[in-house]
Amino acid sequence: MADIALSFSAVETAGRREARTAWLLASPAILLMLLFIVLPTIAVIVLGFTDFELGYGSFRFVGLENYAELISDRTFRRSLWNTTVYTAIVTPVSIVLGLGIALLIESEPRGRDFFRTVYFLPVASLLVAMATVWQYLFHPSIGPLNTFLALLGISGPNWLGASSTVIYGLSIIGIWQSVGFNMVLFLAGLTAIPRELYSAAEVDGVKSSIDRFRLVTWPMLGPTTLFVTTISVINSVKVFETVKTLTEGGPNKASEVLLWTIYQEGFVFLRVGYASAMTVVFLAILVVLMVLQYRFLDRQVHYT
Amino acid sequence: MTQTLTLGRFFRLSLLSLGALMFLAPYIFMVSTAGKDQSEIFSASLSLIPQHFAYMANFTKALTRVSMQNLLLNGVIVCGLILVLQVVVAVPCAYALAKLKFGAARFMMALVMLGLLVPIHATALPLYVAFDKLSLLNSYTALVAPFSISVFGIFLFLQFFRAMPDDLIHAARLDGMSEAGIVARVIVPNAWPAVTAFAIFSVVAHWNDLFWPLIVVTNQSYATPPLGLLFFRAAEAGDDYGALMAATLIITLPLVIAFLLAQKRFVEGITMTGLKG
Repeated sequence: MADIALSFSAVETAGRREARTAWLLASPAILLMLLFIVLPTIAVIVLGFTDFELGYGSFRFVGLENYAELISDRTFRRSLWNTTVYTAIVTPVSIVLGLGIALLIESEPRGRDFFRTVYFLPVASLLVAMATVWQYLFHPSIGPLNTFLALLGISGPNWLGASSTVIYGLSIIGIWQSVGFNMVLFLAGLTAIPRELYSAAEVDGVKSSIDRFRLVTWPMLGPTTLFVTTISVINSVKVFETVKTLTEGGPNKASEVLLWTIYQEGFVFLRVGYASAMTVVFLAILVVLMVLQYRFLDRQVHYT
Repeated sequence: MTQTLTLGRFFRLSLLSLGALMFLAPYIFMVSTAGKDQSEIFSASLSLIPQHFAYMANFTKALTRVSMQNLLLNGVIVCGLILVLQVVVAVPCAYALAKLKFGAARFMMALVMLGLLVPIHATALPLYVAFDKLSLLNSYTALVAPFSISVFGIFLFLQFFRAMPDDLIHAARLDGMSEAGIVARVIVPNAWPAVTAFAIFSVVAHWNDLFWPLIVVTNQSYATPPLGLLFFRAAEAGDDYGALMAATLIITLPLVIAFLLAQKRFVEGITMTGLKG
């Protein structure tokens, strides 16, 4: 009897010791998460209800005033719209191109490594630097792109300088930068498809490559495609570097995007309260995207 | 697979090559323009070989207007510090979550999930106000501290550790190793692929980051490469594209070389980290 009680308490103390060690090992991470993620997130939500401005000593709670202002703020509405347009262009195009290139590379034994490297190169390059190169490529009079178009007898637009084309110019850079990333994820997804499925499909009379894609590859790539889509949308919503480097929201607010507007309000005009309300909207968009991804993931049929 | 050049293969290869050329075009023009002088650039010719080879002049300009060595050094210091801190903080935490039993595990997982959702752009305002109040703007601390915790790192290591056999740890415990010793001498050496993958992910992300450095650094001596390039552009009032391309080349090169040398690892790292962001 005494023996059992003894070993029981020994197990208990061992368990307690294990829990204590675990706490100890995890404590730096917990502390830093609270300090740099949880607290600032709460703070940004609270600040969204205040008129806090950096440089002024006092602030007061203004309830939903910031949000009311946001609804009628033409710059903010413009910014939301531009971000949507940018995302609506960059996401589908970079996914389709990424998938297309991955399929071509997968089916072509020659030069596989070379092509993968080339298409992936933009992902590993400094975006601010490459944006500068794109600015030169897009230059209305001396830029190679318009010089080339002139050879074909087309007079190219002032890509980044005209309000009607600036969002397309930025989208081209965004696509160029993200295709390689999507391609690599699709390549990984393609290698994971069991070869037997293709043989089985062939036995069942699936002969053309289009049918093979429609009946085997596409359904099997489902989870990859969903993941690539989420990542692409989130990255597009976060577009900032190219806007800051090349257009600063202009001309005429035609490239005003969400993070740029937040940056301007919060860190240039120092209207922290108002910018916090914008940030909350930004966060809400991210939450919605995540929830959508999980809903889709739940409904996903797994074929393996 | 047949090696004969069928029509289909010819078509595929042409398509891939054409696309590759378009993707490489910015790099080709960058290298070419870095060697052209002003008058040639403004003649808007499509010739890729510079007529006068102004490489020396352009690179000298790029190296003297803004201290490139300083920028690259800052980039190395900031990315290095961030990476070391992230690994040192995330690995023990992930180990505790994966292999030890404790009450807070669920709470921790909730924190990690929250952290995965919240990017620096969302926390930047309060953090900026705090760093301003503490007079810490324009410092390495401001550049590094917010990234000392990588929830993504915890998540990645957690997945990796869960797949590790428990026997390995039991054996080490029987040998009388402390839990901290197990992490340092058993877990980390066995987690090397995950650490490398994470390292590549982290360095690429922070080497390229503009948003946060732009907010906390106004003093050139703390500028990271992307920010330094912005300063350089501001200093070049005119459209001196030759010098600008030279500067761009210098700043892009380190990561591109690293990528070309270790491309397999890069691609692996990105896919692995990409599997669940």
